[in-house]
Amino acid sequence: MTTVEIPTGDAPAATRPKTAARRSFVRRFAEQRVAMAALTLLALIVIAAVFASSLAPHPPNAQNLRNILKGPGSDGHLLGTDHLGRDVLSRLIYGARFSLLASVEAVGVGLLIGFLPGLLAGYIGGKVDWCVMRVIEALMAFPPIILAIAVVASLGPGLTNAMIAVGVVFAPRFARMTRDATLSVREETFVEAARSMGLRRSTILRRHVVPHVLSPLIVMTTVLAGVAMIVEAGLSYVGLGAVPPDSSWGTMLAGSIRYTTNSPLLIVWPGLCVVVCVVCLNLIGDGIKDSVGREARGKISR
Amino acid sequence: MRLQTIVRRLIALLPMMLLVALMIFSITYLIPGDAAATIAGDGATAAEIGRIRNELGLDRPFFVQFFTWLGNVATGDLGVSLTTGRSVGDTIVSRGPATISLGVAGLAVGVLVGTSLGVLAGTKIGSARDRFAVVGASVGVAMPNFWLGLLLVTIFAVNLGWLPATGYVGITENPIEFLRHITLPALALGSASAAEICRQTRASLGNVLEMDYMRTARMKGLPARVLVGKHALKNAASPVVTTVGLQATVLLGGTVIVERVFGIAGLGTTAIEAVSSRDIPIIQGIALLTTITAILVNLMVDMMQMYLNPKVRMS
Amino acid sequence: MNPATEVPTPLDVARSVGEPVLEVRNLTVEFATRGGSLAVVQNVDIAIEQGEVHAVVGESGSGKSVTALAIMGLLPERTARVSSGEIRFRGRDLTTLNRKEMRNLQGREIAMVFQEPMTSLNPAFTVGDQIAESVRHHVGSGRRAASARAIELLDEVGIPQAARRAEAYPHEFSGGMRQRVMIAMALACEPDLLIADEPTTALDVTIQAQIVELIRRLSRDRGTSVMFITHDFGVVAEVADNVTVMYAAEVIESADVFRLFESPQHPYTAALLHAVPSLDEDLADDDDRAMPGVPPNPTAFPPACRFAPRCVHVVEGCHQSIPQLLSTADGRRVRCLRADELTLTGRS
Repeated sequence: MTTVEIPTGDAPAATRPKTAARRSFVRRFAEQRVAMAALTLLALIVIAAVFASSLAPHPPNAQNLRNILKGPGSDGHLLGTDHLGRDVLSRLIYGARFSLLASVEAVGVGLLIGFLPGLLAGYIGGKVDWCVMRVIEALMAFPPIILAIAVVASLGPGLTNAMIAVGVVFAPRFARMTRDATLSVREETFVEAARSMGLRRSTILRRHVVPHVLSPLIVMTTVLAGVAMIVEAGLSYVGLGAVPPDSSWGTMLAGSIRYTTNSPLLIVWPGLCVVVCVVCLNLIGDGIKDSVGREARGKISR
Repeated sequence: MRLQTIVRRLIALLPMMLLVALMIFSITYLIPGDAAATIAGDGATAAEIGRIRNELGLDRPFFVQFFTWLGNVATGDLGVSLTTGRSVGDTIVSRGPATISLGVAGLAVGVLVGTSLGVLAGTKIGSARDRFAVVGASVGVAMPNFWLGLLLVTIFAVNLGWLPATGYVGITENPIEFLRHITLPALALGSASAAEICRQTRASLGNVLEMDYMRTARMKGLPARVLVGKHALKNAASPVVTTVGLQATVLLGGTVIVERVFGIAGLGTTAIEAVSSRDIPIIQGIALLTTITAILVNLMVDMMQMYLNPKVRMS
Repeated sequence: MNPATEVPTPLDVARSVGEPVLEVRNLTVEFATRGGSLAVVQNVDIAIEQGEVHAVVGESGSGKSVTALAIMGLLPERTARVSSGEIRFRGRDLTTLNRKEMRNLQGREIAMVFQEPMTSLNPAFTVGDQIAESVRHHVGSGRRAASARAIELLDEVGIPQAARRAEAYPHEFSGGMRQRVMIAMALACEPDLLIADEPTTALDVTIQAQIVELIRRLSRDRGTSVMFITHDFGVVAEVADNVTVMYAAEVIESADVFRLFESPQHPYTAALLHAVPSLDEDLADDDDRAMPGVPPNPTAFPPACRFAPRCVHVVEGCHQSIPQLLSTADGRRVRCLRADELTLTGRS
């Protein structure tokens, strides 16, 4: 995340060495204790997910029907076992893989579909902008989950399809944000100067426009990554997302609701994991928002 | 004058509704595997499938199919469910009320809890109660609604036995039972919205209280009740109303999952079943209906903004 | 109504008799900052008589607006506090009143007109409503009587078609008209003291003159005392009976307007007087006009005379001993070590 250049939004910044702007952003971000704590915690979760195979005490799908629904701390099962005798902690660690991956997929698809149309609509304006805006409006009119379900209906269930569907829901939001941010830098003097120098449109966009659009986009990405995790859990819970034996946190919840009377904690852990990740993502987003230059902050809130 | 504005706005929305309809139609049109094969069943021959395709008009050009469908929709014919054989319209009418009740109840929770916490926090930014509300809100927006639903069921239905865990009773059948059944789902559905609305109310109110005109109102020696209740709230309301409108749309979708938690046979449950069985007309019908509802909610929000903001009213 | 345009005469000054309406004594206001508390108003004394228009003059940051907010009871509660001194209004010390007692006074006995007419009115309510609400709240009039009173007031402050305009929203008024509305709002309950905090700064020059004239006239007609805060000596000449000059949180000079213009006793006053551009004035170099530098920041006030670093008449002693605000003959006061030896030129 820190390898992306964060512009400060004012004209001189565009000509300032990129490393300097990046360094001052990193410094400002590092000064924010809450955001740093959130980043650290999330990084730990990501590491756990990546190294799941060596960190998890048990294989995630190893059943032991003689050892089911055990409470936390029993027989080397730190968080107990589920209704098939599987180790809850191990499943949570492996579940992080699916949940994090799902969230990355969703925002990735959203950016892939939404970014370029937004950029072009904002920069070219005119009829292109008009058309793109109408499509954005229509897509935003859908209740988010309904649109996701309609897309899942056409793609078929499965985690990747569900996340493509969520990406489709995110796309108009990314497009709108990119378009608005592009629109506001289009008339800036440094962009006009680049135009008058006869630079090619693609060069101007890449060198002068995109850097200014990035910071609000990154904030939005962190927030929507959190939303994606929530939606993933929901879709998996109703059976439109991850399909067993793949187990995301959502499927873990779906699997354990029948046992809430005896083992209420089974539904607490996966949900808690989602909440922690989402809170972290939102706090990181807030941190980034507060760390970009004062000039750029106005653009984000827009 | 007022009515005229509404009608004009509605007409302006028509192209968007048309685009929405086109999207809904094409999303389901793109479904791999075709409906004819689904209907014909597993052992059907190519000729049989072809005959059904022809009957359903699936072999005609895309736009012909679209406008045929749209014409039917406009006359109230949303088609027939591929699995139950019932008309989509009837299905929606029978399943709709539960979803609408849940949505409205969830929104009520969101608005009541959200605005009151937001006002409590926003009038004393930086205080203990403000920090409490801020932390509560950031956890609230991060909580999946169905998970909260599961927790509520576990605590209040399973362990304490205060409220039923599942089911739905119509408000006309038995108002008391309706309330008992709707409370937990509404809390589960509405709390994330409450958190979002609380944040917006707090930010907006905090902002307004710093305005010069609030100093003017204080100069007049007005009591806090009038300062906040009259001068600040009307100005702070505009962004809050926008958020409420947005949340109404989100809640409409959120019912899909919450219904499942509480075993409520509403549109959401129907939609999920339809996805599994590839029942396209049902999905189209529900998507169309909820989206148009969302568009109308947004229109209402716009109208409300006009009331709240004299400057908008003029233009 | 009296369309008086005359320059204040000594008679106006003589008119003020008896106990002052407002007497600020030794007032110090501190703001809490990260680096500790800062006194932005220090040991300020101001007395305003019945019917007097008293100008408080100073550059921005001199503490004049904070003094006004302290009197009005509008200091930001969490950051500012009156740390010492009294604000005696009609014999009562406002610093000892509780919130409710203060509210009873605000808008009814003391009212204020702010600098920013564009933002000081609530955009969500009609101007009539905003004027009427004071009346309803303090006088207890019914809705209809209060609206009638609002229209009367709008008419009085010179808003044409007052009855129709009362139904309009602030954004439908120009800056000057909004300031008239603001004045009507402040005068709604016939206060004894009107505080006008740079009421004309944000307005065009021609409108400025009209607003100044309006305030002058209303004060005269009603016998309302006015504390008129400004940085512009041109306006002071138009409106004031007496003048208090503030610099760096302190009062540095006060006198009646004629003597102050004629023979300022503090170099800062003299410099300010000469900074007012005038057409008939010889623009040749003038020692008293020169005022290098900028006003000091409250975090770093000079230890002795706070004006010394910018003063053209500065001597060694100015940097060592703290000057006191001393009463001179004929009721004038000045805070300058060299007040007796300097002869400063004024304007007429």
